[in-house]
Formats: sequence, C-alpha cells, structure tokens
Amino acid sequence: MAASHRQRLEIDVHHITRVEGHGNIVVNTQNGKVIKCELQIVEAPRFFEAILRNQPYQNASHLSSRICGICAVTHATTSLRATEIALGIEPTEQTVLLRKLNLCAEMIDSHILHVYMLVAPDLLGIGSVFPLAKSAPEVVHRALRMKKVAGDLSAAIGGRHTHPIAMTVGGFTHLPTNGELSSIGERLEGMSKDLEETVNLFKDLSFPTFERETEYIALQADNEYCLLDGHISSSDGGTWPIERYQDVTNEMMVDHSTAKHAQNLRSSYMVGALSRFRLNYKDLHPEAKSVAQELDLSPDCINPYKITIAQIVEIVQCAEEAISIIEQLLENGLYPEDPVSPSRLSGEGVGACEAPRGTLYHHYVIEDGLIVDANCITPTAQNLANIEADMKELVASRMDQPLDETRLALEMLVRAYDPCISCSTHMLDIRFI
Amino acid sequence: MISTKKPKVAFFDFAGCEGCQLTVIDTLQSHPELLEAVEIVQFREAMSERDEDFEIAFVEGSYSRPSDKQRLNQIREQAKFVIALGACAHIGGVNALRNAKPMQEVRRTVYDHRADHYEAGKALPIAAAIPVDAFIPGCPIDRHEFIRAVKTLLQGFLPEIPDYPLCVECKLRENDCLYNRNEPCLGPIIRAGCSALCTTFGVGCEGCRGLIPNPNIESLKEVMAEHGLSQSMIEAKLSLFMTNELKDFEVVYHGS
Repeated sequence: MAASHRQRLEIDVHHITRVEGHGNIVVNTQNGKVIKCELQIVEAPRFFEAILRNQPYQNASHLSSRICGICAVTHATTSLRATEIALGIEPTEQTVLLRKLNLCAEMIDSHILHVYMLVAPDLLGIGSVFPLAKSAPEVVHRALRMKKVAGDLSAAIGGRHTHPIAMTVGGFTHLPTNGELSSIGERLEGMSKDLEETVNLFKDLSFPTFERETEYIALQADNEYCLLDGHISSSDGGTWPIERYQDVTNEMMVDHSTAKHAQNLRSSYMVGALSRFRLNYKDLHPEAKSVAQELDLSPDCINPYKITIAQIVEIVQCAEEAISIIEQLLENGLYPEDPVSPSRLSGEGVGACEAPRGTLYHHYVIEDGLIVDANCITPTAQNLANIEADMKELVASRMDQPLDETRLALEMLVRAYDPCISCSTHMLDIRFI
Repeated sequence: MISTKKPKVAFFDFAGCEGCQLTVIDTLQSHPELLEAVEIVQFREAMSERDEDFEIAFVEGSYSRPSDKQRLNQIREQAKFVIALGACAHIGGVNALRNAKPMQEVRRTVYDHRADHYEAGKALPIAAAIPVDAFIPGCPIDRHEFIRAVKTLLQGFLPEIPDYPLCVECKLRENDCLYNRNEPCLGPIIRAGCSALCTTFGVGCEGCRGLIPNPNIESLKEVMAEHGLSQSMIEAKLSLFMTNELKDFEVVYHGS
C-alpha cells in the first residue's frame, strides 16, 4: 500500500460552513506522515469574562446568554446556578422543574437544527437544507414543525428561546399558564409521528465508519438523564463534584486557537450527546432506548460521526422528559412565587449544565453584589483537543484516498461534534485558584 | 430598484453570538414562503455554497477587528442594500461593554500573558466601517419585524423602524408599569418595535434596541434614583447595550 501513498497532502478549509462560528481546518502531510492537523479557531474574541467583571450579579445571566444564540438557555441557567450557589440561594421545586423543561426544549431545538440542517445535507450530497425545500419539502417542514414546538415551549417559559427573559436569580419573573403548558404537552405527544419519520430518514443514511476510543465525560445524577447539576463522571472511571471541574478540564493555551484545549485522564476527552448517551444509558426513557436500538446505536459506540445518532436519541429522550415534567407541573398546579432572595452578597460558586453539545461550566466570585471574577468553560472548548486527535487519526487512515473525499470527511467530522465556536473562543480566566 | 427576478440575498457574520441568524432560520417556521421570494446565496451558518453576486446583504455582529474592514468594504461595493442585523451590528451590542475599559486590561483578563496574540479592538457598529442603508435592531432581532423588513425591501423600499419609545407598546399591551414594582426599566428612552416583550415577561427594558431620537436620559436617571437605584446600578443598567450610543450622545449634547 505504501507505494500508493501520496507524498504530500494539503487541505485548507477556510471558514467551515454549517457550524456555529468561524473555524478553519488545516492539514499538512509529508512522506505519509501528518505534519500538521489543526482545527483553527478564528472567531473574533468577545471577552465575556472581562465584560462580566464589575457587573451587578443580577445582570450576569442576561449577559452570558449573549455568548451564544443556540445555547442561550443553557448559558443563562448555568450562570444562574453559579450565582445562586455563590449567594446561598436554594431554588424551589417549581423553579427547578421549569429550568429542566427549558433545557429539554433547547436540546430538542438545537439537535433538530443540527441533524436536519447542518448534518443531513452532507449525507444527502447537497450544500444546504434550502434546496430540500423544493425537492423534499415534507422533510424541511417536518424539521421546522418540530423545531417550532420546542421554540414555543421555550417562549412560554422564558419569553423567547434566543436570550430568555423571565429566568432570573432565585426563580422566574413570569410563569407560563396551565393552558399554555398543557397545549404544548399535547403538541409534544403529537410529535411522535415526526420523530418516527426522523428515525426512518436517518436509519437509511450511511455514516462514515471511522472509530477511535477516547475518554467520555458527562454530568450524572441518580435516576435521571442528567442535564442540570449532579456530578461530573468519566468513562475511564471516577467522579468529581461540580466545584472541582478544573481538575477535569485542565485547560491549556494552544497557538492556533482563540479557544483553549482541555484534557483529563488521557490527552483529550469528548463531551456531548454521545458521551451522555454512553454514560447515562441506563437512565434513558424506554422510548429513547428503543429508538437507539432501531438506529443501531449501542452504549459502547466509539464512532464520533454517530454523535448525530445520539442526538436523535436525545431528541426522543427530551421530548419524553418534557412531557413528564409538564404532567408533574400541571399536577402540582403552577403557583406564583417570588424569586428566592440571596442569603449573602459575597461568595463563590460553580454552575454546570449539559448544553446540547456538552458540559458547560460557569464559575463566579461575587463581592458585595458585584462579579469580581468570572470563568466559563464551554463544551466546544473541551472537545477541541479530541476533535484534532480524531482528525489526525482520520487523515493518517486516508492517505491514499482522494483529497476531496478526505476534505469532506474532515468537515463532516468537525460538524458531527456540533461545535459552537462563538461559545468556545476566549472563555478562560487563568487567574483562578 | 431591486431587480424583478428573485433578489439574491446574503448573510454575513462578524463578532456576535449568531442568535440573529438563528432567529432568521426560526422565521421560516412560520413563514416558509420566504424561501420562495428570495434566493439565498450566502449563509455560512446554514449552507456550503457561496456566491459573491448579491443585492441585499444582512450583516450580523460588531465591527471589532481592523481586518474586518476589507470584507465589509467588499460587501458594501457589491450590495445595493446593506442592512445591519441586530444590536451588535446596529449599536455594538453587549460587546461594546469592553470599550469602557482599557483594551489592554480586557485582553489580559481573558488571555493573560498571551494578550497580544489576538487581534481585537473596540466593538463598534457596522456603520463605523461602511455606510449602512438600514438597521433591524434588537438582541436578538424581532422575527416579525424581520419579516416586515424583508417584505419592504422586496418592494424596493427601506424598512422603517419605530422611533417612539417602548412605553407606547407596553401601554398598548396594558402592562402595569414596572416602576410600580420598583423594577428599573429603560422603556421611556428606548425604541419600540419588540412588542414590549421583556416588560411583558416581568423584566425592565434593557435597551437592546437603542435610543429614541432626543431621549431625556437625565430625567430617567432621576426616576431610577427615586426608585432606590444607586448611581453604579443606574450606570450598569444604561450601559448594558448602549456603551457606544451613550458616548456619542455625550459628545453631541455636552461636548467631548
């Protein structure tokens, strides 16, 4: 085979399309060896940690939701948890349920956007979802219909999906009505046909067969498919309380990226849908488990392209979870309650949530009501080192393949991780203890 | 005039969260017919194809790096209409909060000893780099306003954005004034057009749509102080989205 190896292989994808934010892929090989293989993050720096500094704690969640338009609810919720832990606030059961419900809504919304509009075009051999609007309008309409249910749920809870309004420190400034919740509950149940069609569509599409084992990390909690709070868990064994997140993320600067890289027990790790699916498989709803079986996804899957399949399983999981949370809220009856007041105005806290693309941490130090230090570690920043490790192995295994196909395989690999580059860039304050 | 063929539309993103582009995608949930009316030729977040021939350019995000200037010039040269999409493009958005601090300090806070490794300047509106024909304000944009703007552009006119204060819309929704609950609100000095969404959901207006013409800022500061807000809280409230606008306002009304 060696004879067929190309002497030199160069790939330069400037601004990868169909991902959130700006990134480049740069690959350079010589004599069958990978010299350079980088996912360059070239997003304009936005300096959120500096912006948060000296802000009143009440502004933090509305400011940090602006880090990302796709995972705004997760950023807001994680920010609120960091603030609440710092200021000794224990949210009520109703608040926790509404937050979990909103995280489910965001997960469904983001995953549908990703699987239908960002990933599917590659598998169908087209450049974007727009031509499908003509050739297969039912597919586009189905995606938009499901996305709208999730968006409407988010809007009922927070006022809108992108940059939620009503979520505040200690609770909510506005509640959905029983009628709004029960009607969305019915629409979620009515989604089952669309979900079935989604499974049928992806069951017939073939994914690249590349495999590479790595360390998988996700939040975990007893008897639930954890999206909020809980503890950090690794597939290599070991759990960590959330406030010890820095023992897991171990961030470091690299030259070619405005986002830092992370490593725990190996040289890189993965967060996101596939990690959650692998680590929390036993807590999946039976409906989601059966979809996983139908899509042939097992909890020992090590193919990163299959993150997309794990996302489809999670769409079903989150729809079922949302239905059951709505039932519980309606059974309790939604009751107006004032946000819980802080018991102190100074303190330190770490919040963690599962964003659609993986574990997100916010860490604040608050003094006399002002944020004096802020640190935010995003899932994409944690995945970057792992994506590059995958890219290297992928390139090495494809030295004799046509360049265009390798370039596409690399782009698809990066897309599979559903990177959120606006989020990942420049998010670290190294002055932390 | 816009050509009678399907007009070619392109979307561009600079420093921002891409939430406004997502809102554009979300408008398709209720208005899929928009895809029939225009031809989208560039939209990096959603498509791989790329065509440099376009008539309408929607630009999202702030102008924050000298290297952005060249791309913005190209967009301006090509497009008949350049529309600033959302608060970051319109007034700098929350990105502009960093402008109030020394840039070197901001860089060091985030990147420490590697502060000089990254190119970054003040976060400015797109109009600071190139002439802009119109803007669609908000963080994020209001999807109904976006649809109205597209319909107007397709008829060859520039969209009109309300220049009366948010209080008008808030009253039309029959909301109780948030000041009755001691909740500070920028409604009296901020442009309407969002259907008073935040105030309806119990949060005082944060000013994402920018100042109305001739705002009485001093009077609003007094109102906030009367409701128990400290000077620093008033400043934090006013500057969340309007660091750039307030600075311009100071220069015009009180000299630099």
